[in-house]
Amino acid sequence: MSTVVKDTHHDEHPSGIMRWLTTTNHKDIGSLYLWFALIMFFIGGLMALVIRSELFQPGLQFVDPQFFNSMTTMHALVMIFGVVMPAFTGLANWMIPIMIGGPDMALPRMNNYSFWIMPFAFSMLLSTLFMDGGAPAGGWTLYPPLSLQTGDAFPFLIFAIHFMGLSSIMGAINIVATILNMRAPGMTLMKMPLFVWTWLITAFLLIAVMPVLAGGVTMLLTDKFFGTSFFNAAGGGDPVMFQHIFWFFGHPEVYILILPSFGVVSAIIPTFARKPLFGYSSMVYATASIAFLSFIVWAHHMFTVGMPLAGEVFFMLATMLIAVPTGVKVFNWVTTMWRGAMTFETPMLFAIGFIVMFTIGGFSGLMLAITPADFQYHDTYFVVAHFHYVLVPGSIFAIMAAVYFWLPKWTGNMYPETLGKVHFWLSTFFVNLTFFPMHFVGLAGMPRRIPDYSLQFADYNMIASFGAFGFGFAQLIFVYLIVKTIRGGEKATDEVWEGAEGLEWTLSSPPPYHSFNTPPVIK
Amino acid sequence: MSDSGSYYVPHSSKWPIIATIAVCTAMVGGSSLLNGNSSGKYVLFVGLALIVYMMVGWFSTVIAESEEGLYDAQVDTSFRMGMIWFIFSEVMFFAAFFGALFYVRTYSLPWLGGEGSGLATNTFLWPNYEAVWPLDANGPGRIGGEFKVMGAWGLPALNTAILLTSGVTLTWAHHALKDMKRYQLIIGLGLTVALGVIFMYFQALEYGHAFNDLNLNLGSGIYGSTFFMLTGFHGFHVTIGTIMLMVILARCIYGHFNPKNHFAFEAVAWYWHFVDVVWLGLFVFVYWI
Repeated sequence: MSTVVKDTHHDEHPSGIMRWLTTTNHKDIGSLYLWFALIMFFIGGLMALVIRSELFQPGLQFVDPQFFNSMTTMHALVMIFGVVMPAFTGLANWMIPIMIGGPDMALPRMNNYSFWIMPFAFSMLLSTLFMDGGAPAGGWTLYPPLSLQTGDAFPFLIFAIHFMGLSSIMGAINIVATILNMRAPGMTLMKMPLFVWTWLITAFLLIAVMPVLAGGVTMLLTDKFFGTSFFNAAGGGDPVMFQHIFWFFGHPEVYILILPSFGVVSAIIPTFARKPLFGYSSMVYATASIAFLSFIVWAHHMFTVGMPLAGEVFFMLATMLIAVPTGVKVFNWVTTMWRGAMTFETPMLFAIGFIVMFTIGGFSGLMLAITPADFQYHDTYFVVAHFHYVLVPGSIFAIMAAVYFWLPKWTGNMYPETLGKVHFWLSTFFVNLTFFPMHFVGLAGMPRRIPDYSLQFADYNMIASFGAFGFGFAQLIFVYLIVKTIRGGEKATDEVWEGAEGLEWTLSSPPPYHSFNTPPVIK
Repeated sequence: MSDSGSYYVPHSSKWPIIATIAVCTAMVGGSSLLNGNSSGKYVLFVGLALIVYMMVGWFSTVIAESEEGLYDAQVDTSFRMGMIWFIFSEVMFFAAFFGALFYVRTYSLPWLGGEGSGLATNTFLWPNYEAVWPLDANGPGRIGGEFKVMGAWGLPALNTAILLTSGVTLTWAHHALKDMKRYQLIIGLGLTVALGVIFMYFQALEYGHAFNDLNLNLGSGIYGSTFFMLTGFHGFHVTIGTIMLMVILARCIYGHFNPKNHFAFEAVAWYWHFVDVVWLGLFVFVYWI
């Protein structure tokens, strides 16, 4: 099966489950990634609803504190590694070969391997919920010594992280090789769509930092089982060292979660403003600057851990610098819309929602960057509000915008526009209802990762819990809409959107199984 | 970017899913074993056997495709990029452990010894602890008991010479391949493999010396931790590199490769040089200074 000589049986595939298990096609693998992310989105979402149910009122009502902490830990791991990263990798698989005019991904077999690791790694991770000692409950950041007290789940957790890291690194290598080696003649680097650019830089970040995480969790493993002293002061090590290693990975990781969003928004805004993107090259340079800065800001996650003053000041200033390239991007998107002939279809609504609400998250990030102020905010709900603003109406909204934008291309059918708009407005209303009050309880001192709270936080927490359930149910519309569009609907044209530019719109909707067997001509 | 349209895309492959199942089986077995479930070792063994089966199968497929001439220059470039970025990821993996070594030596040990803001830590938690690297560095808790450190100028210096020489023999073999001197190629590669094996043998002797004579092991405080994790992961990489060299040697004996088309040889050579450079870092920062 695997040694078929080329040029024979071009469109014959194994059927049934074997087609999906053995596929090397970038569109098949892209779809698998996207479905996986959608399923994990609901698993991680259910965990969030357990958290919000418990926090609906002060006092302990539904779950015991250990399980509550498992839920916060697992919710984070699932949403970061199981939803946002695979969703963006799925989009990359589907779109990058088409956008650059290539035949497929550069390393198709490895592409299959990268995907199929994910369901296995997450089965390992989720199985820890049923083990002695429960699922990991020390927070997704895995700080020792707390994380070393995990029960039987511990080695499964570590190996699951190794496994997803392997998947991410191979996926990223594939994307870099595809972008650098598979472009059609004439597709110079500075002609590439920004989604391709942002993914190239994201892939570089992934290759650079996932091995560092692997090294860090390996040290946790040997500290627990093989008597090493990396994070044990009695042996000359230092628990704070883990935080440095973790955040050297963790900070670039948050840009891994957001940079492809920038690419998606940079594709959608010009389409619906019917104007070319303002400041293309400055967008590329801004993305590269953000990536560079992401390597020298990690300790802003640990301002209260006890660092020398010079470290506190350096990491504060370096962090604030990131606002400059990010500001360039927001400026460019807004300027692209300036005097454009705008229409507000669902992808555009999600993209504009992204710009507004991601910027709110960006500003609260700037507040957190101020070291002395962070001493007050650290480990409060203000931090929770901040990163949920950049991740939910940030990354998740960008992923949804991308799905609405490209779904007609993928399926050949238009999605029901009114229902899409309803989905957007419900999501936007409820996401703000959930996360905006967290700013207030955070500034008032409510700590994160605690199942109970003081009475004065009750009102805002109740509002946030209402919002979370509303947001959760609103996502059922999304699933219904995707399934409905796949099964039929108004036929989409090849161009789909009036103002759309780029190679993907020159192909039929849906595109042929093999996109560009002969390279397209690039103007 | 020429020859587009002939880019080889395999239709479907069973190897990736076998690889996933194999690695997952090994991980589940390893985890159970670590949790004290002794039957985990059988699962681990099955997983490792599957990994070996998968690697033989997957690489045989690729080698067969290569020999059939299915790979054009563009595919070759994809493979090169894949290998380069894989080696970069390996560099970052070692960077985590070197980073830990530097952090410990520069910050945490001096702080435990009372330097800077660590005065109270030293006075109240670890009185009389003096931060000295490496002699007293099993930490203020004297974890793992007294031990002696590994010297630099015995076996480790010899191993440095061996690895550096193996880099030379490998380059000689590469030149022979490019000049179509197959006899020299096989001798050069064979010497490289032999030097790799000798390196590993000396490394084993060194570990035996550490365990038996120096009382130095993974539990010997942060010195033992960094020493064995760094040299251990390096030794593991030398082992993999040697196996890769053996495969390339076998392929050379079968008459594979020609002066223009020998990516696999070069990939393994890059990997070997990478392992070599890591060793130099180890020799300087772990053994010497």
